[in-house]
Amino acid sequence: MTSDDPRPPPRRGFFGALGPNELKGLFWQVLVVGIAVAVVVFLWSNTVTNLTARRITTGFAFLGREASMPIADSLLAYNPRDSYLWAFVVGVANTLRVAVIGIVLATILGTLIGVSRLSANWLLSRLAAVYVEVLRDIPLLLQLLFWYVMMQALPAARAAWRPVEGVFLSNRGLILPAIPIGVTQLWVLGTAVLGFVAFLVIRRWLVSQQMRDGKPRPAWPFALGLIVVLPAAVSLLLDVSWTIEWPQLRGFNFVGGLTLAPEYFALLVALVTYTSAFIAEIVRSGIQSVPRGQWDAASALGLRRSFMLRQIILPQALRVIVPPMTSQYLNLTKNSSLSVAIGYQDVVSVANTTLNQTGQAIEVISLIMAVFLTISLGISFFMNWYNARLALAER
Amino acid sequence: MTAITDMPDLPRASRRPQIGNPVLRWLRTNLFSSIPNGILTIVLLAVLAKGVIGFVQWGIANAVWLTPANDSSACKAVRGLGACWAIIPEKYRFILFGTYPFDEQWRPALAVLLFITLYSLSTRRALWRRELAFLWIGALALISVLMWGGVFGLSFVSQDRWGGLPVTLILATFGLAFGFPLGILVALGRRSKLPAIRSLSVLYVELIRGVPLVSLLFMASVMFPLFMPAGFNIDKLLRAQIAIILFAGAYLAEVIRGGLQAVPRGQYEAADALGLSYWRKHRLVVLPQAIRHVIPPLVNTFIAFFKDTSLVLIIGIFDLLTTAKTAIIDPAWQQFSVEVYIFVAAIYFVFCFAMSRYSRSLEATSGR
Repeated sequence: MTSDDPRPPPRRGFFGALGPNELKGLFWQVLVVGIAVAVVVFLWSNTVTNLTARRITTGFAFLGREASMPIADSLLAYNPRDSYLWAFVVGVANTLRVAVIGIVLATILGTLIGVSRLSANWLLSRLAAVYVEVLRDIPLLLQLLFWYVMMQALPAARAAWRPVEGVFLSNRGLILPAIPIGVTQLWVLGTAVLGFVAFLVIRRWLVSQQMRDGKPRPAWPFALGLIVVLPAAVSLLLDVSWTIEWPQLRGFNFVGGLTLAPEYFALLVALVTYTSAFIAEIVRSGIQSVPRGQWDAASALGLRRSFMLRQIILPQALRVIVPPMTSQYLNLTKNSSLSVAIGYQDVVSVANTTLNQTGQAIEVISLIMAVFLTISLGISFFMNWYNARLALAER
Repeated sequence: MTAITDMPDLPRASRRPQIGNPVLRWLRTNLFSSIPNGILTIVLLAVLAKGVIGFVQWGIANAVWLTPANDSSACKAVRGLGACWAIIPEKYRFILFGTYPFDEQWRPALAVLLFITLYSLSTRRALWRRELAFLWIGALALISVLMWGGVFGLSFVSQDRWGGLPVTLILATFGLAFGFPLGILVALGRRSKLPAIRSLSVLYVELIRGVPLVSLLFMASVMFPLFMPAGFNIDKLLRAQIAIILFAGAYLAEVIRGGLQAVPRGQYEAADALGLSYWRKHRLVVLPQAIRHVIPPLVNTFIAFFKDTSLVLIIGIFDLLTTAKTAIIDPAWQQFSVEVYIFVAAIYFVFCFAMSRYSRSLEATSGR
């Protein structure tokens, strides 16, 4: 298997074309692949025998059957009489709901804490260090159980805490005021998104103009016009109402508003705090990796502090920050499967119930793998694209 | 945010003369360097004081430290106001050793001590040589004898009765001990120029790293019986251990691959020039250098495994976290789960913190 030999082998006859190294390599490959195939065949034949003995038919036909499993808290409409396939989709939506919001919040919190660790304020940097050290060194599952117990120990709905008017924290979860989003509201939000895209295009053009003649052109009037004024005009034109729905206590529970169930809230808090500790370390080392000379040079040019951070320090720090951040995002998504321990039904939890009810082990596990591989690939793809944009343009 | 603009290592023109009381000077530079910083300090101090006072009131002043056996009435009286630490002396034997026979619990206790000794010896740089592997094999064998018994007059204890801290340590340590050689093989396979071996290694690493450990553990507990010939079955703990080894192998392989990439090409060429075979080249020249490069990330990976072993709770194996969770099922003590979680968190923290300190000291001295 000496394959690191850089010299090209001398060419000989038909079998001689394979030198001793190649023959050895071929032998090893045949051996390893043979063992792998033998193991797979062994496991496969056992599985087929076992499944026939248990009268379980392989295949994905079971997905069409009625799931009859309750899913308490779901983003999509669900009823126990729906099919396993739909239960699965609901589970995926629940995973994404916690993963996407978790990633956003963990990034914000982690960045704040990472920056705090570098603060000149001794107290702030010490507190941030303690936060990171404590959260990193305790298993996530333990933290999750802890938060869940804390949620259950909260007062009942009648005696709910009100940190801010309209926000209730009780053993029913976190209840927030909400704005009901209908079709007309979606039009306005869609305009805002389109405006944002248009703004990005315009800003790019402005930068290219600045590259040509060196004159800076302000981009903020376009931002204001496209992202704020335009949607507001559409809103006025269509006469869209933006009434806030305030949650109210009726009997033993709340009516109206947006409810985050205790399971979801505990999972979100655990994932965000745990991951933010790791993100904080990444952000800290990223900022520290920018050489001091870059700060000095930017100050020497007389740049404003905010401009210097935005245009000089951050782009260089991000180059160090983004690759490890990708694996943190993947970890957070994979860790969301711990929800099985507290009864928030994400895709793994739904799959587990399906497995217990139907015994379709192989199909269910391959579905889980497919879901997570797709999510992982999606995150890696996005982060690689972002990373390629940031990469150093070498001459 | 004022923080980023006041980076400690930035050149700051110090207009104030460096005179006066050193304590005051320290306070001024570190806590009150500017007005926003001063306000921040005061706000933080207020929050901190509130938190600390609250915790002291709950955890110390109003806490119940001891109660008569199996009587939680004193704790119930202070519920919500004070902690019930009395649950720890009440339940610690169960939390630490699970359902291991009560009179024999010195054996798992000794096993835990052996584990700790093994870890601390392994941190000594002077001992990093081949003999360390024999030490590990010997210690792990001794631990197996202690836990199982059946020889030397020790009564046999089946592994269904193992529980608590020794199980956590066993899962983590055996996971590393077997995952490490597996990881080396896979890392070499991934860098091999033989396409079949390379693609098998890539497939293994990516499949394992692509899915959560929870689903691997489910697979081990639910699917394993399906994979095996009828009538053949192995113990649940061993199945979970195999899943953890396979999981560890994939992650360690990636760390070791990083180390292999850091070994300069000249080293490979020199080994080839000496006429060493593939295995001798890697064993004698490449791997010792590669592994030295990656010891800090290896320690970090080990910390992650140590924490991840707690996931076996989901498939019902009695590790430290599961025994803790089971201890508070007892109706008399049900309401005092927070205290138990804090106790268990402290145990995990001590182990992980020691390892992360060690990893940091290695990073600081690496290359020396």
